[in-house]
Amino acid sequence: MQRALPQQISDRFNFAAGVIWALRVIVAAIVVWGAVSTLTSGFYSASQWRDLFIFGLAQGGVYALIALGYTMVYGILGFINFAHGEVFMSGMMIGYFVADYLNEAGMWNGNPVLALLIVLVVSMLTSTGVAVLVERIAYRPLRESPRIVPLITSIGASFFIQYAFRGLFGAGVKSYPRMEALQGAITVLGVRILKVHVLVIVAVFIMMGLLYWFVEKTRMGKAIRAVAEDKEIAALMGVDIDRAIVMTFAIGGMMAGAAGLLYALVFNQVFFFSGFLPGIKAFTAAVLGGIGNIVGAMLGGIVLGIVESVGPILILSGLGIPAPHQLKDVVAFTVLVLVLIFRPKGLLGERLAEERD
Amino acid sequence: MSTRRLATVTIFMVMVLILAACVGRRQAFECDDPIGCVEVPPGEPIKIAALQAISGAVASLGTDQVRGVEIAIDDRGGELLGHPIDLTVEDDLCSAEGGTTGAQKIVSDPQVIGIIGTSCSGAAVPASQIMSEAGLVMISGSNTSPFLTSLGGEKGNAWQPGYFRTAHNDEVQGAAAANFAYNELGVRKAASIHDGDPYTQGLAMVFNQVFEELGGEIVMATAVNKGDTDMRPVLTSIAAAGAELVFFPIFQPEGDFIVLQSKEIEGFEGVYLMGADGLLSDTFVESVGEQGKGMYFSGPASPEGPEYDEFVRKYEEKYGEKPIQAFHAHAYDAANMLFKAIEETAVVQDDGTVYILRQKLRDYLYNLKNFQGLTGTLSCNEFGDCADPKITVVRLDDPAAGIEGLRKNVVFVYEP
Repeated sequence: MQRALPQQISDRFNFAAGVIWALRVIVAAIVVWGAVSTLTSGFYSASQWRDLFIFGLAQGGVYALIALGYTMVYGILGFINFAHGEVFMSGMMIGYFVADYLNEAGMWNGNPVLALLIVLVVSMLTSTGVAVLVERIAYRPLRESPRIVPLITSIGASFFIQYAFRGLFGAGVKSYPRMEALQGAITVLGVRILKVHVLVIVAVFIMMGLLYWFVEKTRMGKAIRAVAEDKEIAALMGVDIDRAIVMTFAIGGMMAGAAGLLYALVFNQVFFFSGFLPGIKAFTAAVLGGIGNIVGAMLGGIVLGIVESVGPILILSGLGIPAPHQLKDVVAFTVLVLVLIFRPKGLLGERLAEERD
Repeated sequence: MSTRRLATVTIFMVMVLILAACVGRRQAFECDDPIGCVEVPPGEPIKIAALQAISGAVASLGTDQVRGVEIAIDDRGGELLGHPIDLTVEDDLCSAEGGTTGAQKIVSDPQVIGIIGTSCSGAAVPASQIMSEAGLVMISGSNTSPFLTSLGGEKGNAWQPGYFRTAHNDEVQGAAAANFAYNELGVRKAASIHDGDPYTQGLAMVFNQVFEELGGEIVMATAVNKGDTDMRPVLTSIAAAGAELVFFPIFQPEGDFIVLQSKEIEGFEGVYLMGADGLLSDTFVESVGEQGKGMYFSGPASPEGPEYDEFVRKYEEKYGEKPIQAFHAHAYDAANMLFKAIEETAVVQDDGTVYILRQKLRDYLYNLKNFQGLTGTLSCNEFGDCADPKITVVRLDDPAAGIEGLRKNVVFVYEP
């Protein structure tokens, strides 16, 4: 970049390039200054930093699972499915009723592994069902319309699902039963981790591994990638487009349903609006990683979680800004803006299909 | 024009004037109120509104107060000055956006006289401005932010004419909490968390001030956002700062997350948790359960006496459960204050038409002294503060006993 600068004098983008270059230096300076002054103050111990990192990793894993739904739908249909946050919430909500029933029956704490599996299956099925229904009812009739039409429809679908759940199950906050087996912490390799975070992190990596395998190694996965690349050509090659698209929504829904249960185990609460904020964050994560890119969504989610958890303390408190935690979202979205300035296609680039075949 | 025709016209005009005067006398009311009058013809209802948080995580706070207002209406047989009372309920969503939308909906009907609300100070800031400009009065049973009335004897920055409240000013509650922490618990290092809402911000600010005046140290005054779920980072910061007590006068569900997640943070074991009246609800106690044991709450003292017992009996009979939050009696008093002010200031015609004079109604409320309510003897000052504040600190020992058991477990009483 530096060597290139003199040659670009006549280039009309020179000024913009200079501004961006200056911005890079300023951002780097602020981050380094904030981080160094926080670290040298010695206010936080090493184990607290490690805890913050793990909190972020667990939160980011949940974002990553939800982000997969956004990114796959974008990859294949080219619009943002804003109802995906509600797909996540619906699994969490229906899972609550099953969990509550199992708790009454004594199974929630009596046989936690089986109980978790049952709730997992129920919440994944619910989310999958909602995602597929939304595709069938709201998006399929509009498939030939300009992209803005299904985008707006998805916002409508989002409100519809939220308020349908509010109407069906009331506006109150529902508390998931606490699972005794998940309380407290264990020590892994000398590191203290909350049991629930261990579960979340392990489950997230298993789910993401399965998804990657499915998309890369199976026939259906190949069909999805083919449709993402070019619908018409894929159809000519004998790929059932409707089936591939329904499958995409179904997988996104399954991931969101699993994320719903994990989120509920960490935060123990659900209400009809619970899907909104995680949905927005997961959308951010998908854009951060490169929308349409599956590995990008996984990476974006985890980066976003860690930035939210560590960022405010590391950078803002070092700069002497009071109440840094309140600015958590500011930090997260600033990172998004910066990534989009310096790498407009996200961390890993945009497409679902290219580069792999 | 001939003299004769002029005379005819003159006589005709005089007759018209006389006739007009006769017709006029039958409705001889002339509105001279600077901000207008409301005419309620015979048989038409007198309209009031309730703007309360009735959905989401804070639904207990608003629902409890709507019930208080409904009982106040029932107590009058649903009538005021021979007119039925018409109550409209809007949702303040416990946010500035909700307060704005709700208040605009209410003032779009020019017949509405007053509002009982809002639940949350954050909603009250825009709502009180909208209602004030429209000439209404608003009496809140649970807004406690100092910014809405007065702070340190000065007008608060969100003060609006026509705004009143029967809830305490958080100058009192913050002082009560700080005194309790410093003198009763012996805490010297405290932290506070607010969520940016005027209520939480004001209360945390007063707590910090008073605690430092008493000689304590605020090791961390921090904040979270409404909607945040992961409190572990902020709790880690507080543990690192070495606080012995954390005061978090916020709402559900953020308050629940703080309590539940604090149990998972290293170095948080002996730290006292203290919330405020926003968390004194049935849903909070149920949500934190055993994890909330030993937690302290500041809040308005539970009313006592036969009138209150009678109120609770009606409440249970009508809604099938005990009061679910701390401000039902304040809302009941607010509604009764409004009804009394309407009765005392309205002009009633022979045919039953009632005129309500908006400025006169406000003036009456500003000068209201020694009004006997469930929450004590209420007297309004020039800033709209009408409460008879008595703050208690309660401790959660038995989650199974619910909100009622919690409110009875008083460990500290503070009266300014």
